Amino acid sequence: MITITRYRSIYYTFSGLLVGASIVLLLVYGLKFGIDFTGGSLLEGRYEGGEIAKEEIQKAIEKAGAEDVSIQRTEGSIFIARFKDVDAAKYDAMKKELTALGASQTPSRAFTELSFESIGPSVGEELKKNTFYAILLVLLLIGGYVAYAFRKVSHPIRSWNYSAATLLTLFHDIIIPIGVFAFLGHYRGVEVNVPFVAAILTVLGYSVHDTIIVFDRIRENLMKMRGATFENVIDTSLRQTALRSLNTSLTVLLVLVAIYVAGGEGIRYFALTLLIGIGAGTYSSIFVASPLLYTSQQWIAGRKAKKGLT
Amino acid sequence: MRRFTVWLLVIVIISLFAGFFDYPDFWNKGADTINQKFDRLDAWALSKPRIEKGYKALRIDRVAIPHMPVKPYSLGLDLQGGAHLAYEADLSQIPERERLEAMAGLRDVIERRVNLFGVAEPVVQTSEVGGRHRLLVELAGITDVNQAIRMIGETPYLEFKELKPEIAGMTAETTFMDFVPTGLTGQYLERSDLSFDPNSGKPVINLQFNEEGAKLFETLTEKNVGKPLAIFLDGLPMSWPIVQGKISGGQAVITGDFLVPEARQIVRNLNSGALPVPIKLVAQKNVEASIGAQALDQSVRAGALAFLVVAIFMIAWYRLPGLLAVIALLMYTALTLALFKLIPVTLTLAGIAGFVLSVGMAVDANILIFARMREEFRSGKSFAAAVREGGSRAWPSIRDSNITSLLTCVVLYFFTTSVVRGFALTLAIGVIVSMFTAIYTSRLLLQLFVGTRVERWGWLWYR
Repeated sequence: MITITRYRSIYYTFSGLLVGASIVLLLVYGLKFGIDFTGGSLLEGRYEGGEIAKEEIQKAIEKAGAEDVSIQRTEGSIFIARFKDVDAAKYDAMKKELTALGASQTPSRAFTELSFESIGPSVGEELKKNTFYAILLVLLLIGGYVAYAFRKVSHPIRSWNYSAATLLTLFHDIIIPIGVFAFLGHYRGVEVNVPFVAAILTVLGYSVHDTIIVFDRIRENLMKMRGATFENVIDTSLRQTALRSLNTSLTVLLVLVAIYVAGGEGIRYFALTLLIGIGAGTYSSIFVASPLLYTSQQWIAGRKAKKGLT
Repeated sequence: MRRFTVWLLVIVIISLFAGFFDYPDFWNKGADTINQKFDRLDAWALSKPRIEKGYKALRIDRVAIPHMPVKPYSLGLDLQGGAHLAYEADLSQIPERERLEAMAGLRDVIERRVNLFGVAEPVVQTSEVGGRHRLLVELAGITDVNQAIRMIGETPYLEFKELKPEIAGMTAETTFMDFVPTGLTGQYLERSDLSFDPNSGKPVINLQFNEEGAKLFETLTEKNVGKPLAIFLDGLPMSWPIVQGKISGGQAVITGDFLVPEARQIVRNLNSGALPVPIKLVAQKNVEASIGAQALDQSVRAGALAFLVVAIFMIAWYRLPGLLAVIALLMYTALTLALFKLIPVTLTLAGIAGFVLSVGMAVDANILIFARMREEFRSGKSFAAAVREGGSRAWPSIRDSNITSLLTCVVLYFFTTSVVRGFALTLAIGVIVSMFTAIYTSRLLLQLFVGTRVERWGWLWYR
C-alpha cells in the first residue's frame, strides 16, 4: 500500500531544499533581465563569408555614437550587439559604419541586418510593473476559484485551506524555474524577457490543473468514505489519481521536449521554463499539495485542542 | 441510425472541411483534375460522331466543383519579417475630454501615411496603458524601416491652395495639379469644429484662424471670389468649397453635402493638422524576412514532431481508445487551425508554441475520460455504462482545470504586449476547442462501439 502522507517529511525536505536553493540563487545572482525589461537596443547582424573581430564591430558601432556596447557571437557569422537606446539617426549611422566595415575587409563582406530592437526605458519599467500585477492577479483568481469550487467541502478542513495549499504549491512551482534561470543567467548569460513571463504565468495556470485533479478526487472520496481518517482518504485518492496525473502531464512534457529540440532559438528557453515549471508542478501536486492538506488539518486540530485545554 | 451517429458524422464532415480549408492546395488541385475530366467528357459528348448519331449533349460542363477559398494565415512580425513601432503621444496640452478624439485623429493621420508605403495590411492602433497614450504601428514585410519612421514622425501638414491665376474656374477636368499653395497652412488654424445648419440640418464645418491667419484668409478670399479655395491635407485634396465673398475676422464655414461621419472626420483631421500631437518613438522591433521564415519553419516542424510523439504515446498506452483520441486530436487540430484562419488570429512564434502546448493539453481531457472509464469498467459496470459514467464523472475535473488555464490566458491577454498576447489567444482558443472535441468527439467515437462485438475484445481496451 502506497502511503504518501506518512513520508511527507521527506517530500517537504526535498521541496524545501529546492525552494530554498532557488531563493538563494535569486537573491544572490538575481535574474538577468533582457532589454524588454531594462530598455536598450539590440542589433543582430551577419557578415557573409566569415566572421569579423568583435572589437572591430564594437568600434564601428561606437563610432556611430552608441554607448555601453557589448558584442556577443551566436552561431556562425551572426553577432548580437547590445547598447543603450539609440535614436533613428544613430541607428542609420551605425548601419553605414557596419556596412563600411564589411566592405573594408579583404575580400569584402556584405553586411545584413537580421533584426533590430530598441526599447525605451519607460516601456521596460512599465513591463516590470505589469508583470508583477499580472502574477498577483493570476494567483488571486486561482485561489478564489479553488475556494469557490470546493465550497461544499468544509469538513475536516475549510475550503480556503484547499486554496492555501494550492497557492503554496504554486509558489513552489514557479520559484524553482526562476531559480534555475537565475543560475543560467549568471553562468550562461541567459536573459529573461517577456516570453519568460508568459511561461511562468502558463505554469501557474497549468500546474493548478494537476492539483485540482487530485483535490477533486479527495473531495469525492471524503463524501464516499465516511468514517475513514483524513490520512486514509488522501492516500486512497492519491493512489487512484497518481497514474492519471502523471499521464496527463507526460503528454504535455513530451510536447515541450519536442519544442525544445526542434524549435528555434526564440522558443527554446520558453519551452525550458515550461518544462521545469510543469515538471515541478506534477511532482508537487502529488507529493506536496495533498500532504499539505493533511498538515493543515493537523495544525487546526492541534490549535483546537490547545484551546480546549485552556 | 442512432441519433449520436448523425452528430458524429456532422462533426467529422465539418472537420474534413476545416482540414481542407487549412491547406486548400489538396482540395483545389483535386477539384481542378476532376473538373478537367468533366470538360473532356463533355467535349466527347459534343463530338461530331455522337451528334450525328443523334445523342444530345451531356451538359456535364455545367457541373464544376468549386474551389476552396484560399485565405493565408495571418502571421506576426517575428514570422514574417517587418517592423513594429511604438510611439508615445504627449497629450499634456490637450484637455482631458478631448484626448480620445485627439488620439483618434492622430491614428487616422498616421494610418493614411502608413498606407502610402504599400504594405499589405498595416496595423495602426492606439492603446492606453496606465494613463500613457500610445500609438502602435505594425508594418509587415517592409524593407526600409527608417524611411517609414521618418515619414510617420513628421507632423501632419494642412494647407490651403488656390487655382492657378490663369485658370478661371473649376471644370470637370480640373485636377489637383491645377492648384498652387497660398501660404496659408495648418499653423494658422486655431480651431475647427462641427455644427449643424439650423435650416437644412446638414453638418457644416467651422474654421477659426488666428490673427495672422485671419489676415491671410481675408486676402485670399478677396482674391478668389467665385473660385474654389482647396484644402489639402498631407498633399491630398480634402474639399474645395467655392468662395462666396471676402471673409474677415478669420471665421469660415465649409458647407457641402457632407454626411455627418465624413464631416466629423474632416474636423478631426483639421484639428490634428492644427494641433499636432507630438509623438515620440519609444520602442521598435525590426525582424528581417528570412529570419521570420526560418522561425516559422522550425515551429511547424516542432509542432509536427509534438503531434507524432503524443500520438505514439496515446496508442501505445491506451490502445484502441488511444487511437480514437488521436483521431479526435486530428479533428481538433483541423478545427483550431481553421479558426485561426477565419478570425483571423495573428500567429507569432509564441502563438504557435501556445497552439502546440494546447495539443498536449487537449489529450488531457481524453486521458481523464479513459482512465475514469477503465475504472468503472473494472468495478464491474457494463461497457455502455462505463462509457457514459466515464464521461460524466470526468467532466468536473476537466472543467475546473481548463477554467484555471483560461483564467491565466485572460490575464496574460490584458496585461502584456502583442507577442505574448498571441500566445494567450491561441492557447485560449485551443483550450476551448479541445474541451469541445474531447467531450463530444471522443465519447461519440467510443459510443460507436457500444453494443458491437468489439467491446468484448478486452485486449484492445486495456492492458
